[in-house]
Amino acid sequence: MGEFLTSQFGVSVSLAVIIIAALTGISAYCIYFERKIAGGIQDRPGPNRVGPWGLFQLVADGLKFVFKEDIIPGHVDKVLFLVAPSVLFLVAFIGFAAIPWGGQWMLGGRLVNIQVANPDIGLLYILGVGSMGVYGVVLGGWASNNKYSLYGAIRATAQMLSYEIPLGVCVLVVVLTMGAIRLEDITLKQASEYWLGFIPQWNVFLHPVAFVILFITALAEANRTPFDLAEAEQELVGGYHTEYNALKFGMFFLGEYAHMITSSALIAVLFLGGWHFPWIPWTQPEATSWFAVLVKITVLSAKVACFIFLMMWIRWTLPRFRFDQLMRLAWQGLIPITLGLFTLAAVLVYFGLERTVWATIGNVVIVAVSLTVAGRSKREVTGRTANLPPIQIEPASGRGLAAGAAP
Amino acid sequence: MIEDKDILDIEEPRLSAAERLYLPQIVEGMGTTLRHLGKTLFQGSVTVQYPEQKRTLRVENYRGVHRLNRDEDGRVACVACFMCSTACPAHCIHIEAGDSPWEDREKYPIKFDIDELRCIFCGMCEEACPVDAIELTHLYDMVGRTREEMILDKEELLAIYDDTKSAKPRKNPRITGYPGTGNRPHGGVLGSEDQSK
Repeated sequence: MGEFLTSQFGVSVSLAVIIIAALTGISAYCIYFERKIAGGIQDRPGPNRVGPWGLFQLVADGLKFVFKEDIIPGHVDKVLFLVAPSVLFLVAFIGFAAIPWGGQWMLGGRLVNIQVANPDIGLLYILGVGSMGVYGVVLGGWASNNKYSLYGAIRATAQMLSYEIPLGVCVLVVVLTMGAIRLEDITLKQASEYWLGFIPQWNVFLHPVAFVILFITALAEANRTPFDLAEAEQELVGGYHTEYNALKFGMFFLGEYAHMITSSALIAVLFLGGWHFPWIPWTQPEATSWFAVLVKITVLSAKVACFIFLMMWIRWTLPRFRFDQLMRLAWQGLIPITLGLFTLAAVLVYFGLERTVWATIGNVVIVAVSLTVAGRSKREVTGRTANLPPIQIEPASGRGLAAGAAP
Repeated sequence: MIEDKDILDIEEPRLSAAERLYLPQIVEGMGTTLRHLGKTLFQGSVTVQYPEQKRTLRVENYRGVHRLNRDEDGRVACVACFMCSTACPAHCIHIEAGDSPWEDREKYPIKFDIDELRCIFCGMCEEACPVDAIELTHLYDMVGRTREEMILDKEELLAIYDDTKSAKPRKNPRITGYPGTGNRPHGGVLGSEDQSK
């Protein structure tokens, strides 16, 4: 038993159990913090009735979800209807398997990774699993057998597919620069070198534009404001979860927060050095004691928490895009810029140029070019077309009108 | 009819390159929300935590649930003149008048019911009352489990007066000129002289 626990497999299994338990709780608590932040931004206290500072609000919410009548409408495809929330929930959670949480741990004379799995294709695994989130959305919309749900699902799908491209290219920029696709290696490379002896070589300093774009696409992938057209309940009917209620709706809800955490962890690992933080000796790659592991987990969690706060902050600040604006942002804005960044990274690697200098120059040039192109564009940003021809209304050929209009 | 010359063609202002990028405006907006968040976190919000905290009301002119005042002798002050039920825009006051058992007035209300669910708390009954017998109090947290419970009868309205008279003393009845209602100087249009004619 002891042998099992100290092996990599044992650590992975325990970690998987811990992560799933912790994530469910943290996702639920994200809802509480979301509401607190919303309250603060809108000059009100937020939930404060259940328990001290309203901390048990999520228990009340959870109980409400559990005890509500679980309605399955008669017109839905039952199997897919039940599968859809599980798919979304599952997909949001299994992405965590490849996140390197705490470097390595000297356990019983062997080094084990604080990571559920450390596949060579860790990054591809996370991207692939993240893309599968679309399945939950599409299945939910399709199985509901309701045209508004289906519209919502199609909106969400089109959005997620469009933003997958800049997301993938941003990730490729990192992969090219780091020359690694294993997340642990990407973290290690960022942690091992310093500029001027104290600035860590995190990718965010090398590719700030890619970092911003990756964050924007992560918001879109998680269906967060300002990209939450999939579930714009105020102006478009609910979206893919219109027909859902009780625990199944709760799973969609929780899945969104789990998705946020996954995206945040991925960005933190790719651009902010994962568990590494300068000046703290326990977060260096050489530190392998149990305390170092704890510190590393804390550092990564803190970075994730910052991203989650940022996402919530953005949600309660910005109104949502219109769908054509959303698409234009992806296809005419983000994709050309990310392709430029990708070219830059490729040139840097191929010619082996001094990265610090040339990456900065390249980023400045790309931003300047995009600003110039955008500023000189004749197209209105609002997408309003001036002087549309008058709308020709043809008399309908319905039965009632035809009967009345017949000579 | 709107003439063509009255129509103004307004051109949308062109956005600059930075505005087309959205980001500066987004940062500015996020600064605003962060300021509000900080203000709420460190200075607290203006929200009143209702059941524990209550707003300080201006008791004198708050328009809450009604009460039926008593005169100095503890009798119902109402003289069943129907002015309040006539003035009531919601028709929520129902009075049945009867011969007064007292010498100083002709009528008194046998029944005096107010349907608090119909009432719109406009205060016109209070304005209309010649003897200031009906008044609106500062009580607003009335609850009932049935509609019938929310129809207050004479005894309940008098009981509300007994509960609230320390917080809001009965207005000095300007016009109450009925003989025998106390040592107040008589006066007003309904004074005893007019009555005796």
